[in-house]
Parts: sequence; structure tokens; C-alpha cells
Amino acid sequence: MKKLQGHLRQRLGSLAAYGEHYHHEHEADAKVPTAASMGYMACRHCGAVWKDAEEGDACGRCGTHLHTRKPQSLKLTWAFLIAACMMYIPANLLPVMITRTLFGTQNDTILSGVIYFWVSGAYGLAAIVFIASFLVPLFKLAVLLLLVVLAQRGSTWRRRERAKLYHIIEIIGRWSMLDVFVVSLLTGLVQIQGFAVITAGVGIAAFGSVVVLTMLASLSFDPKLTWDSREDQAILQDHEEGAQREQRLQGHENRDEKPA
Amino acid sequence: MTEVPETVVCPGCDAVYGRTPLRPRDVARCPRCGTELDRHPGEQERRILPLTVACLIMFAIANLFPIVEIELQGLRSQTTLAGAVVALSAEGMSVVALLVLATTILFPFLQLCILAYLLVPLSREHRPVGFALLVRAMQSLRPWGMIEVFLLGVLVAIVKLSSMATVVPGPALWAFMALTVMLTAVLSFDPGAFWGMAFRPKGEEPGEEEKGGASA
Repeated sequence: MKKLQGHLRQRLGSLAAYGEHYHHEHEADAKVPTAASMGYMACRHCGAVWKDAEEGDACGRCGTHLHTRKPQSLKLTWAFLIAACMMYIPANLLPVMITRTLFGTQNDTILSGVIYFWVSGAYGLAAIVFIASFLVPLFKLAVLLLLVVLAQRGSTWRRRERAKLYHIIEIIGRWSMLDVFVVSLLTGLVQIQGFAVITAGVGIAAFGSVVVLTMLASLSFDPKLTWDSREDQAILQDHEEGAQREQRLQGHENRDEKPA
Repeated sequence: MTEVPETVVCPGCDAVYGRTPLRPRDVARCPRCGTELDRHPGEQERRILPLTVACLIMFAIANLFPIVEIELQGLRSQTTLAGAVVALSAEGMSVVALLVLATTILFPFLQLCILAYLLVPLSREHRPVGFALLVRAMQSLRPWGMIEVFLLGVLVAIVKLSSMATVVPGPALWAFMALTVMLTAVLSFDPGAFWGMAFRPKGEEPGEEEKGGASA
């Protein structure tokens, strides 16, 4: 096995195998060979690595379009993020659930549901709902905002921690759907006409859209942008300009061909 | 355009590494950003198909039987998951109904069907029609199936109702619990591993392929 690994390492020359760490004082800031700087492009679906590939080429293994970075990553993330921030307000202010019983009608917002659990002594449950429905979306919005702003400014501040934050929001994002499921189930279940009827309020639609929008925002954010060094950014900019120039040229050619 | 063999690019930070053979239960993480790069497939390949079939059966039970039943002053009411979706759309909440339908019924069902469709012919070493498209669909669907979140939602709803009415758990609730456990095992299978499986020449074991690749 040792011999095999040695052979492999020899073949790959300067590339480190991922079994060994980069021993530097600041591991995260150490200079690392990146795909962008080496002119490689990796397929985001099958992981195959290609050399001399053009932006937008189809992966030879699975057919996915190859990109050095997710296209329009920052613009898309901003769009989803702003939309999510806007929907966050009605999601918390409007009622998510309307309960009609013999004793009257009760409108519940996300937070009043939590307070109800807390007052009735179900502290654990109150905590779960409060975390999943209130803290997680807020945390996601704040983290995404931080990541996008720092990536846009090319900041090198605490990149390892930022990468960790991205992993966290990818994992916890889905759990905010909890309240949407609670309300849908209660709506389907409590339909005893004359005694108790539960209907869904407009707030739940707004809340569901916050969850979906923040998930889309984190999916369209490219974590590689956090790590791009100045050199990488310059290379990527060249790529982009080259691709745009080519597109324009192709456009001209097409226009020239049309009359003929 | 040429392929660079035995190389891994970290999806989290773009760092380039040489591929190292992993031992069973090994997980390779990027030392720079901590993103998972590679995982030893282990025995999963052999276990995953029976588990998928079991999941599909549980999925059918979970969707055909009522999840909970409530009793209030002698009046009873019960619902299935589909019933809840229908009730939502009847109230004009069709967007929310669609979201619930997609995340708890449609996407998990699609994931299981695609997985079964891909795994059955792979054991006979040939690739089914639409292989590339379906593997990519599997990867894209991954974040959107939310059975486990739904289960927690059901439990919260039960506690919420228990102060108001008598709550009787239905057979689908137990099916959902079993489904959540099995689905976690099934979905921990990385669809990316399909590429390695499909490219393996006939009769070779996964370990041999890695050795063959390194000494070539």
C-alpha cells in the first residue's frame, strides 16, 4: 500500500494527496494549487476533472455543462436572498393557522404558537419549534448575507469558519419546513364541522417561500468564491471576459451568415 | 479537452488533490475547508437495493393509511398525507399544498424509483436508458425530499392536539418512522458513486479497480 501511494504521489508531482495536511502556520491561508490556477475544470455532478476545457463545455463523462464557478452565483444568491428577506416579514407577522372552535376564533402566528407551547409547559417542544421556525431562518439569512458580502469583496477573513457556516446552513435549512408540515397536517386533520376547524393562514405561504428561497440562495451560492485568492480571481475574470468576447464574435458571425 | 485521471477537485474550495485509495469506513475531507471529498463505498452497494425496495413498501403504507385520528366529543376525524394536501388546496392554499406534495410525496418517491431503476440493471453490469440524466436528477433532488422533517412535524402536531382532543396514532405514523430510518440509510448513498460503478469493467471488485487505476 505504501509503495502504491508513493507511486501515485510521484506521478502527481507537486499535488498533495488529501490524506496529508498542509503544514503551515495558517493552514487555511496556505497557498494551495487550485483548479482555476491549474486550468482544470471539475464536473459538479460526477467529479471528473478536465484539462483544456472551455467554459460551458459538456462533461465527457456525464454531459453536465462545465463551469469553473457556478454561473451568475453572486447575482442569483443576492436575488433569492433579498426576496427571502422581504417574505420573512409577512411570514412572521401574518397568522399561519386559524382555529375556529365553539369558544371562538384564534389566529396563530409562528411565535404565538411557540408561546402557547411554552405557557402550557411543553418547554422542549417550544424550544424545537422556536429553533426550527424562528432562529434557523434568521440564522440562514444572516449567514448568507455575510458569506455573499465577504465573497464579493474578496475578503480572506476567517475563511475556514465561513466554509463551516456554509456547511451548517446547507444541513439545517430544510428543518425550517417543520411549521409548514405541522399546519398542513392540522388543517387536514381537524375538520370537525361545528366543533373545531383549523385552516391555514396566509402566513404559512409566506413562511414556506422563505424556506424555499433561502434554500435556493444557498444552492446558488458557490462556496469556492470564499476561497478565491487574488490570482484566482484574476484568472476567473480573464475566463469570463474571454467567454463573453467569444459569444460576441459568434453573434457577429451568425449575423453575417444570415443574409447569405 | 482531456480528462485528468486520479485527481479530485474540492467542491468547497477548488483545491486540487491526488486521489488516494481509501480503507473501509474512511472519509476523505479537504484539509483546507473541511468539505467531504470521498468516502469508501463499503458494503453499501449490496445493501442498497433491498433497502430501496423496503422503503418503497413502507412509503406505500405511509401514504395509504391514516397518520393520526382524533376523537372529540364522540366525533372522529382522520387524515392521510394526501388528505392534508387536498384539504390545503381546497382552502385556496394551492402553493403550500404543492410544496408539501412535492417535498413529502413526489420527490422522495421519485428518488426511490430512480434508485431502484438504476440499481437493478447495474447488478447485471449494464447501464439503463437515461442513466446520466437520472443520476443527475438524483443529485438535484437530494436537498428537496423532507420526509424526516415531516415526521417531526407530525409529532409536534400530535402534542399540539393532545390537549384538545384524544389522539390515536394510525398505522402510517409507524410506517413513517420506519421509512425515515431506512431512507436515511438509502440516501446516505452518494449518487456520485454510480459513475464509478458504471465504468467498472466486468467482474472486477471495487478494490481491484483502484489498484488497477494507480498502477496503470
